[in-house]
Amino acid sequence: MYDFTEEELNRYSRHILLKDVGVEGQERIRAAKVLIVGAGGLGAPVAMYLAAAGIGKIGIVDGDVVDLSNLQRQIIHTTPDVGRYKVESAKETIQAINPSVEVVTHRDFLMANNALDIISDYDFVVDGTDNFPVKFLINDACVMAGKPFSHGGILRFEGQTFTYVPGSACYRCTFDGPPPAGAVPTCSQAGVLGAIAGMLGTIQAAETLKYFTGVGELLTNKLLTFNAKTMDFRKINLKRHDRCPLCGKNPTVTHLIDYEQATCDLASHKASNK
Amino acid sequence: MANHVLDITNEHCPMTFVKTKLKLAQIAEGDTLEVLLTEGEPLNNLPKSAKEQGYQVLSVTHVEGPVHKVIIQK
Repeated sequence: MYDFTEEELNRYSRHILLKDVGVEGQERIRAAKVLIVGAGGLGAPVAMYLAAAGIGKIGIVDGDVVDLSNLQRQIIHTTPDVGRYKVESAKETIQAINPSVEVVTHRDFLMANNALDIISDYDFVVDGTDNFPVKFLINDACVMAGKPFSHGGILRFEGQTFTYVPGSACYRCTFDGPPPAGAVPTCSQAGVLGAIAGMLGTIQAAETLKYFTGVGELLTNKLLTFNAKTMDFRKINLKRHDRCPLCGKNPTVTHLIDYEQATCDLASHKASNK
Repeated sequence: MANHVLDITNEHCPMTFVKTKLKLAQIAEGDTLEVLLTEGEPLNNLPKSAKEQGYQVLSVTHVEGPVHKVIIQK
């Protein structure tokens, strides 16, 4: 029990020194399996901090390739990576940070037909995606599978995140379903301050580590929002609803749905899949 | 209840306390751990850190030369 090499003790010493983490917490981090959906602005800091923290297994789902315009915020990729698959580039960075992390690449987009299968291998899911259809898909799949996850979203200067564990409020308890395709712009249309991806992603990474170590209080039943223009942070209470179409008493969402995406997003995905 | 011994006289901070925490995690509740350490930083910090993190420091005694012995109960 608690078999750590000299190198591991040194690498994770700043965790082990913490009363709330210790050897026991580091052991739980090492045993943890985390799936990160999207190796983009949010997925980058999440993957890098979780790798540095010594998460045992990190899965990354992304079917995209690195574009020059990604590098303003997706710090897991570097200039020579442009044109490479994001999962490959991300894997390389993770392994450079911490070779003991097992990295599983899912070079695909999360869809209704693969979501439950992909998440089944992991203990915790991090939403690092940039569009509503997939955010609802992650929520629905995780609620159906009883899998905890961290929701995250950023746009322009703002970010929001909450953490779900079975029994807490889910995304659909507050938001019925995704907005109509094209109604809300994505980062690729509206722009985003690069550094806020780091702000939100590191909050998601911290929540993930808190989940595994059991430290403190998670952002369950709380939506944390911030606006980097004013640096105002707010926590809004979320409530689990009996009327929730997914986790309520009479669910109407009983299978996974591929919602329509804005056409320009689809076009860019198709283009990058070539 | 067993007694365990840990020699960290060749370690430097913070590895002194990291190794002590590892050993404490490995032993059973109620067991004691005899830590051999050197004066200076390790002796100044380790008993304090152990107390801060909820362990009971039973004694701190001089062994010989720079070496001291701290007995901690889990």
